Amino acid sequence: MSTLARPAPGLARGHSTAGERRYFERFDRVDRVMHAFLMVTFIGCALSGLPLIVADHDWASRLASALGGFRGTMLIHRVCAAVMIAVFALHVLRVFWSAFRTGRWLDMVWSPNSMVPNLKDVADIVGHVKWFLGRGPRPSFDRYTYWEKFDYWAVFWGMFIIGGSGLLLWFPFFFSQFLPGWIFNIAMLVHGEEALLAIGFIFTIHFFNGHVRPEKFPMDPVIFTGRISEHELVEERGDEYARLVASGRLAEVETDAPPASTVLLGYAVGTIALLLGVTTVVLIVYSLVT
Amino acid sequence: MRLSTCLAVLLLAAANVGPAAAKDAAPGPNEACMMCHADAGAKSASGKPIAVDAKQFAGSVHGAMSLPCTTCHADAAVTQVPHGKVAPAQCASCHDRAVGDYAKSAHGLARAVGQSAAASCASCHGAHDIRKSSDPASRTHRSNLAATCATCHGNEELARRANLPGGNVAAHYADSIHGRALAKKGAIADVVPVCTGCHGAHDIRGKNDVASRVSRANSPAMCGSCHAAIKMEWEKSQHGKLRQSNVLQAPGCIDCHSAHDITLPSDPRFALGVIDQCGSCHVDFAGTYRDTFHGQVTELGFAQMASCASCHGAHEILPASDPLSKVSAQNRIATCKTCHPKANANFALYDPHANRHERQSGQLLFFTGKFMDLLLLGVFSFFGLHTILWFVRSLKAVRERKAARGGMQGG
Repeated sequence: MSTLARPAPGLARGHSTAGERRYFERFDRVDRVMHAFLMVTFIGCALSGLPLIVADHDWASRLASALGGFRGTMLIHRVCAAVMIAVFALHVLRVFWSAFRTGRWLDMVWSPNSMVPNLKDVADIVGHVKWFLGRGPRPSFDRYTYWEKFDYWAVFWGMFIIGGSGLLLWFPFFFSQFLPGWIFNIAMLVHGEEALLAIGFIFTIHFFNGHVRPEKFPMDPVIFTGRISEHELVEERGDEYARLVASGRLAEVETDAPPASTVLLGYAVGTIALLLGVTTVVLIVYSLVT
Repeated sequence: MRLSTCLAVLLLAAANVGPAAAKDAAPGPNEACMMCHADAGAKSASGKPIAVDAKQFAGSVHGAMSLPCTTCHADAAVTQVPHGKVAPAQCASCHDRAVGDYAKSAHGLARAVGQSAAASCASCHGAHDIRKSSDPASRTHRSNLAATCATCHGNEELARRANLPGGNVAAHYADSIHGRALAKKGAIADVVPVCTGCHGAHDIRGKNDVASRVSRANSPAMCGSCHAAIKMEWEKSQHGKLRQSNVLQAPGCIDCHSAHDITLPSDPRFALGVIDQCGSCHVDFAGTYRDTFHGQVTELGFAQMASCASCHGAHEILPASDPLSKVSAQNRIATCKTCHPKANANFALYDPHANRHERQSGQLLFFTGKFMDLLLLGVFSFFGLHTILWFVRSLKAVRERKAARGGMQGG
């Protein structure tokens, strides 16, 4: 998960030597831990909830039974949902706390570090598509690209739609004290549809954008290690690099090379997530087709 | 005649055919026959076994009455020994009513058109060992009857070859609530129906025979002969009312409970299976039920969730418009409360059969559904295309970069 308008935190060690690859911190420890929680709880919710949507298929019954049957899947779904909501809330609090602490409220919505889309993002979409079609140069991106911002806000949208409808369905007796009964029909509908959207999006588009596209293949471990190499920073986020160089803050975000153990763990966790996700998508597509 | 028989017997005895067998033979009118037939290895001229177990016969109902062989084998009152071929036993000479019933039964009708696999008297009752049905050793005693019927109706191969209705029904029965109760012995085993309990005995008729106890029209009365209270409840239900107005398609007992696979309603197999039974007529409602949490969980094979009968009732099922219905406006909250004790009026206004594709299920639901469809279509179309284009372009870019590097090395 990315942060909203928090300047890249400086944990510079500043001991790079010539010939050695330089690394810069892109995600701090809290962000990485939050992403890990989000990833695990998302997969937990997806696997425990999905059987309901494709209940007429044998593999759904088998998956649900493997996850502990009706009671087991329900427990997994609700524990994961609660943790996910908590992580989301903590992130939002953290963003606001950061703005409050620095007093730079405007940065939250209007700065290169902000997750709020701006005109540059619109230009980037057009430029990127032109590049796809061979009609222009590849745009130079800043710290957060338009597809990353979409991913980020998709989480917000998803949290309100799935989280909101999920809470309605979790606590129907509380909500039915002041909400009409048909709200549960709507909640049931949007919970399932939005879940399909989220699962489909994360397990295909997000995985591709972040990991399996040719430049990143097989995986970009930055969300696990938090570190981006200088080469990648220049190639993928030229504007940010230029900005850091111009402001003389590049050294502030420089850090040591990612420890081999962290990279290995990142690859392991990422591979498992990738396999689970791709398998899930294949099964969903198979179920929708048959 | 009698003198000549005695002479023949004496001759046989002199020929030393079997003095030991002669000693075992039951005393009485059959002594003469048993001179030959008591020998366990006795065979006719054509090689057919002709042995009669004297002890077995003595234990049979006919033996107990000391009936002579000639009662059944009238044409065996022979004048010379060995005698020639004897006609099959004529049960009808005494049991004319039973045989009359049999002639009109599924077995009798099949025999009449030459289907030799169809049961005759002896198939169920045996021959020389016939015992009264009240005798626990009898083939037709209620404790043995299922096994007796199973010699044909539990024989997969025969069931297939002779196209027996229902296939291996004996196995289904054995696994049903009736069959299991019978196997338990004890008090319940004395009242639970065995095959004849539902089908009758000599007058067993196919279910398509209007006079059959198990015909579509007659089976509720037949089940009701034991389950009287349930039958009365059913008669007051929508299904029962339809039956009374001669709508024969309306479900009776076996439509939901099946005939031979009857299980306890608490059995998950029943609780889950009956949904499809209801759905075979109420197609739309079964479809919308599967859109609900209840329907999804039961479809996954977990029976903890509400199925049709949980809300609509089983035998007492009535349309929602009927105030007595479990799902009527008056009773709905109470019905929800059977599982959801904290249910309130709003909760009970949830539409468990909402169809998101139809406006009458609620405009908001309809348009929310359309919005979600568009959202999914839009996001996946845009990012799908975006991803494919990106992938193709990236592959090209990576290849170009490699080529450039290779070129540099080459130069």
